[in-house]
Amino acid sequence: MPADPAPHGAHAARSDGAPGTGPAAGATRAAPQRLAQAALRDVPWEVGVAKPDPAIVVDHVTRTFGGLTAVSVDHLEVQRGGITGLIGPNGAGKTTLFNLLTGFDQPNTGTWSFNGRDLGKLSPHQVARLGVVRTFQLTKALSRLTVLQNMLLGAQGQSGESFLRALVPGTWKAQEKANTERAMDLLRRFKLDAKKDDFAGSLSGGQRKLLEMARALMSEPQVVMLDEPMAGVNPALTQSLLGHVKDLREEGMTVIFVEHDMDVVRDISDWVVVMAAGKVIAEGAPDSISQNKAVVDAYLGAHHDAPLTEEEEDRFLAEDQAAERARREDVISSEQGRKRRARR
Amino acid sequence: MADLLNAFAIAGKAFFGFQAIFFALLAIGINVHFGYTGLLNFGQIAFAMLGGFGIAISVSQWGLPFWVGVLVGVLAAVVLALLLGLPTLRLRADYLAIVTIATAEGLRLVFRSVSATPVTGGTRGLSAFNRDFIALAPWDTGRRYNLIGTTWSGGELWVVTVGWILVALCSLLVWALMRSPWGRVVKAIREDEDAVRSLGKNVYAYKMQALVLGGIFGAFGGMVYAVGTGSAIPDQYQNANTFLAYAALILGGAARVLGPVIGSMLLLFILQFADTGLRSLIANGVIPAELLSSTDVAQLRYVLVGIGLMLLLVFRPQGIFGDRREVMLDAR
Repeated sequence: MPADPAPHGAHAARSDGAPGTGPAAGATRAAPQRLAQAALRDVPWEVGVAKPDPAIVVDHVTRTFGGLTAVSVDHLEVQRGGITGLIGPNGAGKTTLFNLLTGFDQPNTGTWSFNGRDLGKLSPHQVARLGVVRTFQLTKALSRLTVLQNMLLGAQGQSGESFLRALVPGTWKAQEKANTERAMDLLRRFKLDAKKDDFAGSLSGGQRKLLEMARALMSEPQVVMLDEPMAGVNPALTQSLLGHVKDLREEGMTVIFVEHDMDVVRDISDWVVVMAAGKVIAEGAPDSISQNKAVVDAYLGAHHDAPLTEEEEDRFLAEDQAAERARREDVISSEQGRKRRARR
Repeated sequence: MADLLNAFAIAGKAFFGFQAIFFALLAIGINVHFGYTGLLNFGQIAFAMLGGFGIAISVSQWGLPFWVGVLVGVLAAVVLALLLGLPTLRLRADYLAIVTIATAEGLRLVFRSVSATPVTGGTRGLSAFNRDFIALAPWDTGRRYNLIGTTWSGGELWVVTVGWILVALCSLLVWALMRSPWGRVVKAIREDEDAVRSLGKNVYAYKMQALVLGGIFGAFGGMVYAVGTGSAIPDQYQNANTFLAYAALILGGAARVLGPVIGSMLLLFILQFADTGLRSLIANGVIPAELLSSTDVAQLRYVLVGIGLMLLLVFRPQGIFGDRREVMLDAR
């Protein structure tokens, strides 16, 4: 069933020479813990199926923009400690669902919970404080802060962030030092330590993605939600990013990520959820997805791969030509209309 | 030559004068708002007016002690900041800009209106409220003092001394805050609010704190101005002052502790130097009277400041103290 039969092996082998794979990967960690995968083995591949140990449970969430229903999810559970890939064509509502789950958008109806705690009415920073941290599709590096400052911002519970205590350095210096050490550890893992004093705005696109992920990790989250972490990143860096995502699972975090590249999704996901037109149309193990008819239809349109008979071919050709003729006539008549109006 | 030296001395007085303090305090406040937090406050002068009138009304109308007046002014500024911030800080940055600019103009019109005359003195304003303050001066305020070619009255010198101490304290406060984790959060909000939210910071609360803090600095500026001129007149608090303070901030360098201070001093120096210098050149016939009459000078000096700012933005966009690398980065 797994796409990657020796789950951590491939990654561990890469970590010898490939850039960016962290020390947590491979040799240092003995047995890869794919607990989530094991737990999900016997879960049927059905939409809205119950998971053995759900971290996030979504119920009847809808979000409409005017007449458009962007998200309409009846029931969805996300397994704790696993990597859940969220895929779907453009406009399927993946990012809107992310926004709803993290408090950046309010739904029209529905509830969702994290560890049994209702997240419905919380604002983004409250959600983040509970340990659900996200990244953005368009990377949000804080340009005019240095890389290290970006990282330090991620740390939670800083006493120096309160106005009055900020004025008494004694109350936050020690904490700042500890946070800086942790930030440097993370930066080393993400190969950004040499850039710690550069402005984040001077980093390349891929480095910004890395920084954003590292910054999210500074908050010691339980759930990491990555919105297209690999978008616009070159293949070499993609491998290293993938390694980092797998490391998150090794550390026991729950990862939900949006991605378009099916190879990536198959490589690292324990479970895949497919959305189209705001609904969850399929979920299951990565392998189940490419064979799922609903998914194929959503991505490529229905009837794309059924062999055509000769009659059908003729019929489609005729339809096409008729449509083309109609279109031309439309153009002509509208042109005539315009001329007529112009004459008047 | 003597005329030029004289112009230099007079401009030097403007460099240290209470007007420079006024703009410096306004600009320090704008620096907290705009330079560090990214809040577009286009009505800083409203805070200054509340500061100035806080003292003037408390002392002249209500007969309260001077220092209570200072407290009233600060409280009024805090209330205004909260009123402006509550509805707008959850929205995009533009809304605060619209609301502040309208408030600044609206408040001035209310203060100068006939119905407000019993309290604010209307268009004639209030005076005679700074006696308690001037009386605190350790030197004789009755006589005049000569300092490096300029004369200062004792009272003026006292206002300026206290004013610069205030500027120093405010700058120190900004410095202490901006090197702390609090300052880091605030600067991050300037870069991208949503990213900061996603990291568990209550962006709204931080923006409100910054708005209140900068507003208090603005109120201090208004107090120095009111005490320096000895009167509080609503029309002194035209919103053009907000934009001059912005000019001073950009001249000195935004998001730098000393940027607004040095910027204001230079701005006042340039304005005064251009004024006195041009007038003496016209009087000496160096500039023919047909070309430029001395009545045009008042307007022309602002043109010169404008040209200066344009040159600055072309050749040194980061201002005097700014970091060029920082300014040249993309906003996102």
